[in-house]
Amino acid sequence: MRALLATRKGRAALVWWSVWVLCLTPLLAVVYWVGTDQMTADPVARSLRYLGEWGLRLLVIGLALTPLKRLSGWCWVMPLRRMIGLYGFFYVCLHLLTYVVIDQGLDWDAIWKDIVKRPYITIGFAAFLLLLPLAITSTNAMMKRLGCKRWLRLHRLCYVIAPLGVVHYDLLVKADARWPIFYGVLTILCLGARLPMFQRGTRPSGPAREARPVPSQA
Amino acid sequence: MLIRPTKPVPENEVTDARLWLGRRQVIAAAATGLLAASLPAAATPSGSAPGLGALSFTPGKLPAGETLTSRDKITSYNNFYEFGTDKSDPAENAGALKVLPWTVTVEGECHKPGQFAIEDLIKPGSLQERIYRHRCVEGWSMVIPWIGLPLASLLGRVEPTGNAKYVAFETLLRPSEMTGQNSHVLDWPYREGLRLDEAMNDLTLLAVGLYGDVLPNQNGTPIRLVVPWKYGFKGAKSIVRIRLQEQMPQTSWNMYAPGEYGFYSNVNPDVDHPRWSQRKERRVGEVFRRETLKFNGYGEQVASLYAGMDLKVNY
Repeated sequence: MRALLATRKGRAALVWWSVWVLCLTPLLAVVYWVGTDQMTADPVARSLRYLGEWGLRLLVIGLALTPLKRLSGWCWVMPLRRMIGLYGFFYVCLHLLTYVVIDQGLDWDAIWKDIVKRPYITIGFAAFLLLLPLAITSTNAMMKRLGCKRWLRLHRLCYVIAPLGVVHYDLLVKADARWPIFYGVLTILCLGARLPMFQRGTRPSGPAREARPVPSQA
Repeated sequence: MLIRPTKPVPENEVTDARLWLGRRQVIAAAATGLLAASLPAAATPSGSAPGLGALSFTPGKLPAGETLTSRDKITSYNNFYEFGTDKSDPAENAGALKVLPWTVTVEGECHKPGQFAIEDLIKPGSLQERIYRHRCVEGWSMVIPWIGLPLASLLGRVEPTGNAKYVAFETLLRPSEMTGQNSHVLDWPYREGLRLDEAMNDLTLLAVGLYGDVLPNQNGTPIRLVVPWKYGFKGAKSIVRIRLQEQMPQTSWNMYAPGEYGFYSNVNPDVDHPRWSQRKERRVGEVFRRETLKFNGYGEQVASLYAGMDLKVNY
């Protein structure tokens, strides 16, 4: 352990793996809760909501890392973005699978009608489709193939995806929109922090912080 | 950020079975002052109104092909926004409600308006068990053994005038104990309404009990409306006022979102909620959805009430 903490590389690996395990716990928890009948009287509806909430939560956290680094100077959060984004995609996939396979019982006709007729499902499905190219191009090899500039431009799609997720959430609650509003405000803050007017002055300056430049603004 | 479902009650917190089964004696004894000082608090079943005594009722019949939803599910999965908007909130928070004394005021267009004590309404001889399907507008359903009195019997006692066309129901407003009323999710108090002929239909029930016992607080203690061919939210809980009137009453969900929740709100697979389909429902305890029945399967008894009406317009 001490050896691991001695080097910058070791510390980074420790942080990375800790976050990796943390991101997996919501899934382990839901499996346990469903198995022990602790997911309310309607575990399908509850799990569906739960998985979707974790998808959105992780996507918003992913968006928050760049402004967080800028505010705090914590460069170590930046390598976590890809993992957290991919975990967000993972939970969104589980959410979608739960909806298609269990909630709708593979009733493709009903699913298609939902996508066409229900704005919240149209929006949620659109957000999923937009996530696909980001997940596919998340590897180093794809980043190289696309080139840094094009890759960055493509991945700005997450500025659209997170708000779509929030709207999807807001449209489906019956009343009490406090949580969707919470994520909405968080998303607005994360995106607003990227506006040019907020970037001057808050960007870490001075040679010590410029020593490890981070390539992206995305 | 982790949202945990309710923890299971550890074994050492479970009320002893003998105390539970003997609770009525304990309460009766307390009433006469014999045990008043030494009464253990745990002897009162949490979540239901003490002091109303056992309900005597004529047993009901389980509809063919149906299975009762367990008491545990019926009492832990509730929409009762007066106690919070999560399904588990009512079971957690409704214990704070002091139920007794409770009176229901019946007023408006009737010859004999009056105030009815809950003890009067649950008198032996008046109660029946009715096992009804319960369909929530959100797309889940249960089969619930209610105990209650037909609303028609209470309305008969007050003798509606010729001007009475509608019946309005109002839930208790007491934010100090109904903590959800401190947030303005809905415009409190909760209001519901029926047309007089709907109210007089034999299926329409004022429920006072569940699974043989008085209503747990979270299910709408001590008296609530049950209209089995309509979506669950039509069933106003913890009713304190019933008013006969000429105009169509305002109803809470309709006030909140008129385009989504109509006055009638009959269960109808052909009329979608604008944001989701009503074609199917998930019976609590089952994994996959089943087809929703028109009028929740009670068409034989109630379809005639809506003869000639366009149910897509009068949703």
